[in-house]
Amino acid sequence: MSEPVTELGGKVVEGWVTVRDAGLCGMITLRGDLESKAVKDICKKVTGVAFPKPLSAGADGRSGLCWMSPDEMLVMVPYADVQMALSDIHSALQGTHYAAENVSDARSVMFLEGAGAREVVAKLAPVDLHPDHFKVGDFRRSRLGQVAAAFWMRDEETFEIVCFRSVGDYCFSLLSASAEAGPVSVF
Amino acid sequence: MLTLQCPYCGVDADETELSPGGEAHLKRFGPGSTDEEFEDYLFARQNPKGVHFERWRHAYGCGKWFLAARCTMTLEVFGTYSAQTTEPPQTIKDAITAKRPGWTWGTLS
Ligand SMILES: [Zn+2]
Repeated sequence: MSEPVTELGGKVVEGWVTVRDAGLCGMITLRGDLESKAVKDICKKVTGVAFPKPLSAGADGRSGLCWMSPDEMLVMVPYADVQMALSDIHSALQGTHYAAENVSDARSVMFLEGAGAREVVAKLAPVDLHPDHFKVGDFRRSRLGQVAAAFWMRDEETFEIVCFRSVGDYCFSLLSASAEAGPVSVF
Repeated sequence: MLTLQCPYCGVDADETELSPGGEAHLKRFGPGSTDEEFEDYLFARQNPKGVHFERWRHAYGCGKWFLAARCTMTLEVFGTYSAQTTEPPQTIKDAITAKRPGWTWGTLS
Protein backbone atom coordinates (compact mmCIF):
# COMPACT_ATOMS: atom_id res chain seq x y z
CA MET A 1 0.00 0.00 0.00
CA SER A 2 1.22 3.48 -0.78
CA GLU A 3 1.06 6.00 1.99
CA PRO A 4 -1.66 8.62 1.61
CA VAL A 5 -0.40 12.21 1.61
CA THR A 6 -2.08 15.56 1.13
CA GLU A 7 -1.33 17.62 -1.95
CA LEU A 8 0.13 20.35 0.28
CA GLY A 9 2.44 18.03 2.21
CA GLY A 10 1.80 19.69 5.55
CA LYS A 11 2.73 23.18 4.39
CA VAL A 12 2.31 26.09 6.82
CA VAL A 13 2.86 29.79 6.16
CA GLU A 14 2.81 31.76 9.38
CA GLY A 15 2.09 35.45 9.54
CA TRP A 16 -0.57 38.02 10.35
CA VAL A 17 -2.91 35.23 9.31
CA THR A 18 -1.52 31.70 9.20
CA VAL A 19 -2.34 29.38 6.31
CA ARG A 20 -2.08 25.72 7.23
CA ASP A 21 -2.55 22.40 5.43
CA ALA A 22 -5.34 20.69 7.40
CA GLY A 23 -3.77 17.30 6.78
CA LEU A 24 -5.64 14.21 5.67
CA CYS A 25 -9.42 14.57 5.99
CA GLY A 26 -12.04 11.94 5.42
CA MET A 27 -14.69 13.41 3.13
CA ILE A 28 -17.85 11.86 1.74
CA THR A 29 -20.10 13.54 -0.77
CA LEU A 30 -23.65 12.53 0.07
CA ARG A 31 -26.43 13.39 -2.33
CA GLY A 32 -30.04 12.67 -1.53
CA ASP A 33 -33.13 14.11 0.08
CA LEU A 34 -31.78 16.28 2.88
CA GLU A 35 -35.32 16.59 4.26
CA SER A 36 -35.56 12.86 4.91
CA LYS A 37 -35.19 11.56 8.45
CA ALA A 38 -32.95 8.69 7.32
CA VAL A 39 -30.42 11.09 5.75
CA LYS A 40 -30.47 13.43 8.75
CA ASP A 41 -30.08 10.58 11.19
CA ILE A 42 -27.15 8.92 9.45
CA CYS A 43 -25.35 12.26 9.00
CA LYS A 44 -25.66 12.88 12.72
CA LYS A 45 -24.68 9.32 13.55
CA VAL A 46 -21.42 9.20 11.58
CA THR A 47 -20.25 12.68 12.63
CA GLY A 48 -21.84 13.33 16.03
CA VAL A 49 -22.66 16.80 14.74
CA ALA A 50 -26.09 18.46 14.50
CA PHE A 51 -27.61 18.52 11.00
CA PRO A 52 -26.77 21.95 9.58
CA LYS A 53 -29.23 24.48 8.21
CA PRO A 54 -28.84 25.57 4.57
CA LEU A 55 -25.65 27.59 3.97
CA SER A 56 -24.11 26.49 7.23
CA ALA A 57 -21.74 23.89 8.65
CA GLY A 58 -20.75 22.42 11.96
CA ALA A 59 -17.84 20.39 13.25
CA ASP A 60 -16.51 18.58 16.26
CA GLY A 61 -12.78 18.07 15.81
CA ARG A 62 -12.22 16.40 12.43
CA SER A 63 -15.86 15.34 12.08
CA GLY A 64 -18.36 17.70 10.55
CA LEU A 65 -21.21 18.40 8.16
CA CYS A 66 -21.20 21.04 5.42
CA TRP A 67 -24.37 22.04 3.55
CA MET A 68 -23.32 22.01 -0.12
CA SER A 69 -26.68 22.38 -1.91
CA PRO A 70 -30.35 21.50 -1.33
CA ASP A 71 -29.50 17.87 -2.10
CA GLU A 72 -25.85 17.56 -1.15
CA MET A 73 -24.01 17.26 2.14
CA LEU A 74 -20.26 17.03 2.64
CA VAL A 75 -19.70 14.57 5.45
CA MET A 76 -16.32 14.97 7.16
CA VAL A 77 -14.80 12.29 9.39
CA PRO A 78 -11.27 11.40 10.50
CA TYR A 79 -9.35 10.04 7.48
CA ALA A 80 -8.99 6.58 8.98
CA ASP A 81 -12.75 6.30 9.58
CA VAL A 82 -13.99 7.14 6.10
CA GLN A 83 -14.60 3.58 4.86
CA MET A 84 -16.50 2.72 8.01
CA ALA A 85 -18.61 5.88 7.76
CA LEU A 86 -19.30 5.16 4.11
CA SER A 87 -20.51 1.64 4.78
CA ASP A 88 -22.71 2.96 7.63
CA ILE A 89 -24.24 5.42 5.16
CA HIS A 90 -24.80 2.68 2.58
CA SER A 91 -26.52 0.40 5.09
CA ALA A 92 -28.69 3.22 6.44
CA LEU A 93 -29.84 4.49 3.05
CA GLN A 94 -29.99 1.23 1.07
CA GLY A 95 -33.04 1.18 -1.19
CA THR A 96 -33.55 4.96 -1.14
CA HIS A 97 -32.55 7.43 -3.86
CA TYR A 98 -29.09 8.63 -2.86
CA ALA A 99 -25.41 8.59 -3.79
CA ALA A 100 -22.43 8.54 -1.47
CA GLU A 101 -18.81 8.62 -2.56
CA ASN A 102 -15.46 8.87 -0.80
CA VAL A 103 -13.84 12.09 -2.08
CA SER A 104 -11.13 12.35 0.60
CA ASP A 105 -8.25 12.16 -1.88
CA ALA A 106 -9.95 14.38 -4.44
CA ARG A 107 -9.98 17.46 -2.19
CA SER A 108 -7.56 19.69 -0.37
CA VAL A 109 -8.44 21.20 2.99
CA MET A 110 -6.66 24.09 4.68
CA PHE A 111 -7.12 26.34 7.67
CA LEU A 112 -6.78 30.10 7.93
CA GLU A 113 -6.00 31.15 11.48
CA GLY A 114 -5.92 34.65 12.92
CA ALA A 115 -8.11 37.63 13.69
CA GLY A 116 -7.77 38.80 10.08
CA ALA A 117 -8.85 35.51 8.50
CA ARG A 118 -12.11 36.96 7.20
CA GLU A 119 -10.23 39.77 5.45
CA VAL A 120 -7.91 37.30 3.74
CA VAL A 121 -10.96 35.52 2.29
CA ALA A 122 -12.87 38.74 1.57
CA LYS A 123 -10.17 39.84 -0.86
CA LEU A 124 -10.54 36.66 -2.92
CA ALA A 125 -14.26 35.75 -3.05
CA PRO A 126 -17.36 37.56 -4.39
CA VAL A 127 -19.02 37.09 -1.01
CA ASP A 128 -20.13 39.60 1.63
CA LEU A 129 -17.81 38.75 4.52
CA HIS A 130 -18.82 41.68 6.71
CA PRO A 131 -19.02 40.48 10.35
CA ASP A 132 -22.74 41.33 10.37
CA HIS A 133 -23.38 39.05 7.39
CA PHE A 134 -20.92 36.16 7.57
CA LYS A 135 -20.75 34.58 11.00
CA VAL A 136 -19.38 31.57 12.82
CA GLY A 137 -21.02 28.46 11.34
CA ASP A 138 -21.80 30.13 8.00
CA PHE A 139 -20.74 28.05 5.01
CA ARG A 140 -20.37 29.17 1.43
CA ARG A 141 -19.44 27.60 -1.89
CA SER A 142 -17.98 30.19 -4.18
CA ARG A 143 -14.72 31.11 -5.86
CA LEU A 144 -11.30 31.97 -4.49
CA GLY A 145 -9.55 33.85 -7.25
CA GLN A 146 -9.88 31.68 -10.33
CA VAL A 147 -11.05 28.42 -8.78
CA ALA A 148 -14.07 26.90 -7.08
CA ALA A 149 -13.75 26.62 -3.32
CA ALA A 150 -15.91 26.27 -0.24
CA PHE A 151 -15.23 27.90 3.08
CA TRP A 152 -16.78 28.33 6.48
CA MET A 153 -16.01 29.89 9.83
CA ARG A 154 -15.21 27.33 12.51
CA ASP A 155 -14.80 30.13 15.06
CA GLU A 156 -14.16 33.89 15.02
CA GLU A 157 -10.54 33.39 13.98
CA THR A 158 -10.57 30.19 11.94
CA PHE A 159 -11.73 29.55 8.40
CA GLU A 160 -11.72 26.05 6.96
CA ILE A 161 -11.32 25.93 3.19
CA VAL A 162 -12.07 23.01 0.88
CA CYS A 163 -11.11 22.92 -2.79
CA PHE A 164 -10.29 20.37 -5.48
CA ARG A 165 -6.95 18.68 -4.87
CA SER A 166 -5.72 19.68 -8.33
CA VAL A 167 -5.96 23.38 -7.37
CA GLY A 168 -4.89 22.98 -3.74
CA ASP A 169 -1.47 24.50 -4.35
CA TYR A 170 -3.00 27.46 -6.21
CA CYS A 171 -5.45 28.03 -3.35
CA PHE A 172 -2.75 27.80 -0.72
CA SER A 173 -0.48 30.24 -2.58
CA LEU A 174 -3.39 32.61 -3.17
CA LEU A 175 -4.38 32.62 0.50
CA SER A 176 -0.75 33.05 1.56
CA ALA A 177 -0.33 36.01 -0.78
CA SER A 178 -3.55 37.56 0.49
CA ALA A 179 -2.40 37.04 4.07
CA GLU A 180 1.04 38.46 3.36
CA ALA A 181 -0.46 41.60 1.82
CA GLY A 182 -2.07 42.44 5.14
CA PRO A 183 -5.42 43.84 6.22
CA VAL A 184 -7.71 46.04 4.18
CA SER A 185 -9.98 46.94 7.11
CA VAL A 186 -12.77 47.95 4.74
CA PHE A 187 -15.77 45.91 3.73
CA MET B 1 -22.17 43.94 -12.41
CA LEU B 2 -25.05 41.51 -12.37
CA THR B 3 -26.27 39.92 -9.14
CA LEU B 4 -28.93 37.20 -9.24
CA GLN B 5 -30.50 35.54 -6.23
CA CYS B 6 -30.33 31.77 -6.63
CA PRO B 7 -33.82 30.44 -5.85
CA TYR B 8 -32.38 27.10 -4.67
CA CYS B 9 -29.80 28.13 -2.06
CA GLY B 10 -30.90 31.73 -1.55
CA VAL B 11 -27.45 33.22 -2.14
CA ASP B 12 -27.16 36.59 -3.86
CA ALA B 13 -24.74 35.35 -6.46
CA ASP B 14 -22.32 37.61 -8.24
CA GLU B 15 -22.13 37.17 -12.01
CA THR B 16 -18.71 35.55 -11.63
CA GLU B 17 -20.30 32.73 -9.61
CA LEU B 18 -22.79 32.00 -12.38
CA SER B 19 -22.73 30.40 -15.82
CA PRO B 20 -25.11 31.69 -18.48
CA GLY B 21 -27.33 29.11 -20.16
CA GLY B 22 -29.03 31.15 -22.89
CA GLU B 23 -32.71 31.63 -23.54
CA ALA B 24 -35.25 30.15 -21.13
CA HIS B 25 -38.48 28.26 -21.86
CA LEU B 26 -37.31 26.66 -25.11
CA LYS B 27 -39.53 23.89 -26.34
CA ARG B 28 -37.55 20.92 -27.50
CA PHE B 29 -38.04 19.60 -31.02
CA GLY B 30 -36.35 16.27 -31.54
CA PRO B 31 -37.08 13.07 -33.48
CA GLY B 32 -40.27 13.37 -35.52
CA SER B 33 -40.13 17.15 -35.87
CA THR B 34 -39.72 18.96 -39.18
CA ASP B 35 -36.32 20.25 -40.31
CA GLU B 36 -37.53 23.83 -39.77
CA GLU B 37 -38.66 23.11 -36.20
CA PHE B 38 -35.41 21.36 -35.39
CA GLU B 39 -33.34 24.18 -36.87
CA ASP B 40 -35.35 26.74 -34.89
CA TYR B 41 -34.90 24.75 -31.70
CA LEU B 42 -31.16 24.52 -32.20
CA PHE B 43 -30.30 27.95 -33.55
CA ALA B 44 -33.10 30.55 -33.58
CA ARG B 45 -33.04 32.71 -30.46
CA GLN B 46 -34.74 35.90 -29.42
CA ASN B 47 -32.46 38.88 -28.97
CA PRO B 48 -34.67 41.47 -27.31
CA LYS B 49 -33.72 44.95 -26.18
CA GLY B 50 -35.61 44.93 -22.90
CA VAL B 51 -37.45 42.16 -21.07
CA HIS B 52 -35.76 38.77 -21.44
CA PHE B 53 -35.97 35.33 -19.82
CA GLU B 54 -32.76 33.40 -19.36
CA ARG B 55 -31.30 30.22 -17.90
CA TRP B 56 -28.47 30.58 -15.42
CA ARG B 57 -26.53 28.06 -13.41
CA HIS B 58 -25.18 28.71 -9.93
CA ALA B 59 -22.02 27.00 -11.12
CA TYR B 60 -19.59 27.97 -8.34
CA GLY B 61 -22.28 27.68 -5.68
CA CYS B 62 -24.99 25.07 -5.20
CA GLY B 63 -24.71 23.97 -8.85
CA LYS B 64 -28.39 24.33 -9.66
CA TRP B 65 -29.94 25.66 -12.87
CA PHE B 66 -32.52 28.41 -12.42
CA LEU B 67 -34.35 30.97 -14.52
CA ALA B 68 -34.18 34.76 -14.43
CA ALA B 69 -36.26 37.60 -15.84
CA ARG B 70 -34.28 40.75 -16.51
CA CYS B 71 -33.88 43.72 -18.80
CA THR B 72 -31.09 43.39 -21.35
CA MET B 73 -30.86 47.17 -21.73
CA THR B 74 -30.67 48.30 -18.09
CA LEU B 75 -29.64 44.99 -16.45
CA GLU B 76 -32.55 45.46 -14.03
CA VAL B 77 -33.53 42.10 -12.57
CA PHE B 78 -37.27 41.45 -12.22
CA GLY B 79 -36.85 38.16 -10.43
CA THR B 80 -35.46 34.64 -10.46
CA TYR B 81 -37.42 31.41 -10.25
CA SER B 82 -37.31 27.64 -10.34
CA ALA B 83 -36.25 25.88 -13.55
CA GLN B 84 -38.98 23.27 -12.97
CA THR B 85 -41.55 25.34 -14.84
CA THR B 86 -42.48 25.85 -18.49
CA GLU B 87 -43.64 29.43 -18.02
CA PRO B 88 -42.71 32.31 -15.69
CA PRO B 89 -44.82 32.34 -12.50
CA GLN B 90 -47.48 35.03 -12.22
CA THR B 91 -45.52 36.90 -9.54
CA ILE B 92 -42.63 37.35 -12.00
CA LYS B 93 -44.97 38.49 -14.77
CA ASP B 94 -46.61 40.96 -12.36
CA ALA B 95 -43.20 42.30 -11.31
CA ILE B 96 -42.32 42.92 -14.96
CA THR B 97 -45.69 44.54 -15.72
CA ALA B 98 -45.19 46.93 -12.79
CA LYS B 99 -41.93 48.15 -14.34
CA ARG B 100 -42.53 47.64 -18.08
CA PRO B 101 -46.28 47.93 -18.78
CA GLY B 102 -47.25 46.32 -22.08
CA TRP B 103 -44.16 44.09 -22.29
CA THR B 104 -44.16 41.08 -24.60
CA TRP B 105 -41.73 38.20 -25.11
CA GLY B 106 -42.50 35.46 -27.59
CA THR B 107 -46.05 34.46 -26.86
CA LEU B 108 -45.87 35.82 -23.29
CA SER B 109 -47.12 39.18 -22.09
ZN1 LIG C 1 -27.54 28.37 -5.52
